[in-house]
Amino acid sequence: MSDNGEYLKILSGKEAGIKIVPAPPGEPCAVVGRDSIRQVLDHCRYDRDLGFNMLVDMFAVDYMGEEPRYEIVYILRSTKTNARIAVKTRTGEEGIETISDIWPAANFLEREIYDMFGVPFANHPDLRRIYNPDDFEGHPLRKEFPLEGKDFDKPFVVDLENE
Amino acid sequence: MAESKYMTINMGPQHPATHGVLRVVLELDGETIISSTPDIGYLHRGIEKIFENRTYWQGEPLTDRLDYTSGHSNNLAYCLAVEKLIGVEIPKRAQYIRVMLSELQRIAAHLLWVSTHALDMGAMTVLFYGFRERESCLKVLETVAGARLMPDYIRFGGLREELPEDFLKEARAFIEELPGRIDEYETLLTENVIWKGRLKGVCPLSPEDAIGFGVTGPMLRASGVNYDVRKAYPYSSYEDFDFEIPLGTVGDVYDRYLVRLQEMRQSIRIVAQTIEKLPEGPIKADAPAYVPPEKEDVAHDMAALIRHFKLMTDGFRPPKGEAYASIESSKGELGFFIVSDGTDKPYRVRIRPPSFLNLGSISKMIEGSLVADVVAAIGSADIVLGEIDK
Repeated sequence: MSDNGEYLKILSGKEAGIKIVPAPPGEPCAVVGRDSIRQVLDHCRYDRDLGFNMLVDMFAVDYMGEEPRYEIVYILRSTKTNARIAVKTRTGEEGIETISDIWPAANFLEREIYDMFGVPFANHPDLRRIYNPDDFEGHPLRKEFPLEGKDFDKPFVVDLENE
Repeated sequence: MAESKYMTINMGPQHPATHGVLRVVLELDGETIISSTPDIGYLHRGIEKIFENRTYWQGEPLTDRLDYTSGHSNNLAYCLAVEKLIGVEIPKRAQYIRVMLSELQRIAAHLLWVSTHALDMGAMTVLFYGFRERESCLKVLETVAGARLMPDYIRFGGLREELPEDFLKEARAFIEELPGRIDEYETLLTENVIWKGRLKGVCPLSPEDAIGFGVTGPMLRASGVNYDVRKAYPYSSYEDFDFEIPLGTVGDVYDRYLVRLQEMRQSIRIVAQTIEKLPEGPIKADAPAYVPPEKEDVAHDMAALIRHFKLMTDGFRPPKGEAYASIESSKGELGFFIVSDGTDKPYRVRIRPPSFLNLGSISKMIEGSLVADVVAAIGSADIVLGEIDK
């Protein structure tokens, strides 16, 4: 694995407002403002000096009590040079712009984040819940979501008359 | 009813060829697929949420339930992420045994795939042959872990216990027998006219699409992209072993079949090398704060007993931080991202399931092909719903 420090340096030259944080014991990563995340990821994908052509993973972490609350992490790779980089941003309930047109892989991943955290993605082509049924209430991976359902100790009644 | 040019049909969730509870809604123009929507979540258990409320120890059995065809690999990925967090050095012997087990597990998973995929395509004989070999592979794995599917043998800091006495002999006997058996499958399938006619040119995936959809594992390599976590970011001493990465050219279902068969042969090579090179030494890291003492010491030594008790009941507290570790499982890149807030339970565990992203490319793959090919495409993706739905 090559040192991703130089990639971070190139990246921070492309766009203003990118902060690079050392995050031991993980690898250093770029922290980007919510509004410029799309441009930054676009650079990562198409810029010849960077060429991170694969979105390996994208997920959210809920830091309840902090503002903004949700951290969205993008893990990128280059299949040519095997370089890797992580890009992070923070957002609140208002959500963030989709990148499913840059990487089609983000389509499923963003739907999962929407389902689990309730963070909406603007301009997403098909923003529906992916795991839970459409009429499910709440977002399970939020920290305030209870471990047991509110009616977990009640018997399950099927009312065929009113189905 | 409104007139529509297209017909919509449901495939699954109860369908033998979807390998679990996957539902695909297909929109058809005659026999041709116009569009498709995979519908998942029937097996969703909220494993990521459960992780947040268990100690690190208690989390490990949950990983077995992800991709239930490759338990050792899942354990390894989770342990690597936690070990990155706590920063322990794993002894060479334990690393080699880990490699050996995950390669045997890959063989078992690929055998299962070849058998079931052949069955899906109508070649029933291969199922009986493949399961015979898978059975002997699982028997070998059973001697080491005591369980066939949910091993929990790879632990933080090393392994649960030393290998049983005749394990190496049995493993060697198995990998000496297997190449001849793979030749048998090849005689049955590789040049079989019906098999080729059914698989060749079916549902190809271009390298650009494969990368864009985040497809990894044999599927990506069948499209000709040379990307394997074992080579790109070696973990657990993979750099010590000689092996090649089989690549496909067209990326159709037939290529995926060839790549997986070749991968089994490479895994045999790796297992043979691990048996040959296996060094003597400890199998657990020297990190008393995280690694429990030997069971024998617990019976004789009071301090060891207390330490064992504390570790098992309270767990341990890794330092604050985050770690991402990924491995090449039989399906593709399996990653674990763990955020620790300094308590005995992880703050957040993110699982990157390879099947989930591989499934994302299904719609693209089957667009414009025939209904009968959907079964081939889903089969060739080698999805395990336990992993997709988490």
